[in-house]
Amino acid sequence: MGDHHHGPAKGLGRWLFTTNHKDIGTMYLWFSFAMFILGGFFAMVIRAELFQPGMQLVEPAFFNQMTTLHGLVMVFGAIMPSFVGLANWLIPMMIGAPDMALPRMNNWSFWILPPTFLLLASTLFMEGGAPAFGWTFYAPLSTTYAPPSVTFFIFSVHVLGLSSIMGSINIIATVMNMRAPGMTYMKMPLFVWTWLITAFLLVAVMPVLAGAVTMMLMDIHFGTSFFSAAGGGDPVLFQHVFWFFGHPEVYIIILPAFGVVSQIIPAFSRKPLFGYDSMVYATASIAFLSFIVWAHHMYTVGMPVAGELFFMYATMLIAVPTGVKVFNWISTMWRGALSFETPMLFSIGFLVLFTIGGFTGLMLSIAPSDFQYHDSYFVVAHFHYVMVAGAVFSMTAAVYFWLPKWCGKMYNETMGKTHFWISFVGFNLAFFPQHFVGLAGMPRRIPDYALQFADFNMMSSIGAFIYGASQIMFLYNVIATIVSGTPVSDEKVWDGAEGLEWTLPTPAPYHTFETPPKIDPAHAHS
Amino acid sequence: MIRVSANPTIDTVIKLVTVAVAMFAFVFVVMVPLYDVLCDALGINGKTSGQAYTSVQAEIDESRLVTVQFVATNNEGMPWEFGPSTTAMKVHPGAVNDTVFYARNPLPRAMVAQAIPSVSPARAAEYFHKTECFCFNQQPLEGQAEADMPLQFIIDQDLPRDIKTITLSYTIFDVTDMANGAVAAR
Repeated sequence: MGDHHHGPAKGLGRWLFTTNHKDIGTMYLWFSFAMFILGGFFAMVIRAELFQPGMQLVEPAFFNQMTTLHGLVMVFGAIMPSFVGLANWLIPMMIGAPDMALPRMNNWSFWILPPTFLLLASTLFMEGGAPAFGWTFYAPLSTTYAPPSVTFFIFSVHVLGLSSIMGSINIIATVMNMRAPGMTYMKMPLFVWTWLITAFLLVAVMPVLAGAVTMMLMDIHFGTSFFSAAGGGDPVLFQHVFWFFGHPEVYIIILPAFGVVSQIIPAFSRKPLFGYDSMVYATASIAFLSFIVWAHHMYTVGMPVAGELFFMYATMLIAVPTGVKVFNWISTMWRGALSFETPMLFSIGFLVLFTIGGFTGLMLSIAPSDFQYHDSYFVVAHFHYVMVAGAVFSMTAAVYFWLPKWCGKMYNETMGKTHFWISFVGFNLAFFPQHFVGLAGMPRRIPDYALQFADFNMMSSIGAFIYGASQIMFLYNVIATIVSGTPVSDEKVWDGAEGLEWTLPTPAPYHTFETPPKIDPAHAHS
Repeated sequence: MIRVSANPTIDTVIKLVTVAVAMFAFVFVVMVPLYDVLCDALGINGKTSGQAYTSVQAEIDESRLVTVQFVATNNEGMPWEFGPSTTAMKVHPGAVNDTVFYARNPLPRAMVAQAIPSVSPARAAEYFHKTECFCFNQQPLEGQAEADMPLQFIIDQDLPRDIKTITLSYTIFDVTDMANGAVAAR
């Protein structure tokens, strides 16, 4: 298959003009890792300043720029593009398609990203500094009181929104139109399902984010008053519009992660995924509920009690489909022939830590107690348990799981397991104490804090440095694998892995499934 | 499903682009107006109506008195002297009441101000009717000039009986640049 075809072009042109889903997937993955390092560097600055109480290293204004850029770069530069990269690599191979449905648009949706983040990072060197209003950029901090660089920030958000929408349209068009004959919707691997639903969420809410920043742009430069009380507007409107985008956004980040662990846990349990159908329905339910819970981020703005109650109950309802998923993953492992290679370790780490993040989310959903937790380090701990131990752990698991398939070489298992354990300890040391300081009243986004928080903050900083340093081991392992890993020739790589991508030769050829594969009707979803 | 193109991929793309464009429009056409409508209708945020109340004279409820307190705040950087002539009055629901707010522009240049009202408790907002208010319009003042700005209001006799005190707060904003059609220099 594919032997009579030309291989990849040579030189830089291959990467600039490529329309190959594997090349584009690779670029997305490397780009997102670069952004992960950049965003991680910003986090290290934050944790270094918070290592001790008092002001040591940076000015408060610069500290605010760091928290803002850390959030923006990690959400939009690291996590989202990494899963788009994974989708590019895997969706065509999982559904038996030769490539994505819109290969040229695919090239564009990647290549507009690097200049956008270059622009965003360049605001650090502009007069007045980079955006310093937090990744949620609440008006009027981001309008009336914003630095001049806010206009560049707005343009960046527009372009990265465009990139996400193009990528999502491509994924939906691919899944809806390019499945191999016999690959019905309910036979698709769960990763494809979660991405299909994620892509619909993206198409629905990225334009809302674009609308929010457009209103900011108009308030700043064209004399409108969407968010300015003086002209009859309302800053609280900004929060509603932002979180109408923002809450689905957090599921955009976590749903593909659910898909990844739903592929990996069965492979290392040597059992089919428990409750496939309920997994699909749970994913769809979470996606639907994500549209009606946004105001739980803003309980303290002064909503009527009826509003608080509605958003509280709707938010708590999300725990039901999420609980179904956690139950199914555990049931998949129950009485399985388990083995604990690195991808499985990261998936189990995901399962344990994401569940903790889910529970703290439930605590935050309770409107009356949220008044205490709001804008405290408890919130920071909560969303890092779901964003880092959720999305990033699952992404790391995915790289270890599919890397041998992609490059035909095995990574260093010992180093992989070491990476997991150091990450796991570092992560928990960094973020678990933040629950305590948050409940004790330490607010988020401050460069200095009261003395009683000193010990926990020092632990937190040490944990963050450990977690950050362990990523260098990850980078080294991946590069060493690509350059000089032990060759793998087995198609399946992992004896328990199921799915069309594992029927292809290893390493996966440049062109695959140019003739659609036969789907065994007896053999359901992977 | 309606097909808009014979090519299934193009068909999907056209539909999805339509959804994306529609969601962008949704923010401006639905979310913003809906927010204002809901705040007005439910009296959230303590927003009072921006229009003069023109209802027929209601019966005066002599059986109870409601305390109305007045609060004035200057938005950041607003140099005007601004405040109520009386800080509180006791009124009967249904009766027409008058008061004035005092304003003085201490700067040598002409300025334009806009006062934004807010009623607390918020659920009293829909029972607080203003028949005349300086907040309905922008207030220009020459340099060093002063003015008494009138406010005439009626408390609706349907005001829930448990509300004994209503606070009307005005925040005054400098809108000179906005009024001159100029965009604030950044």
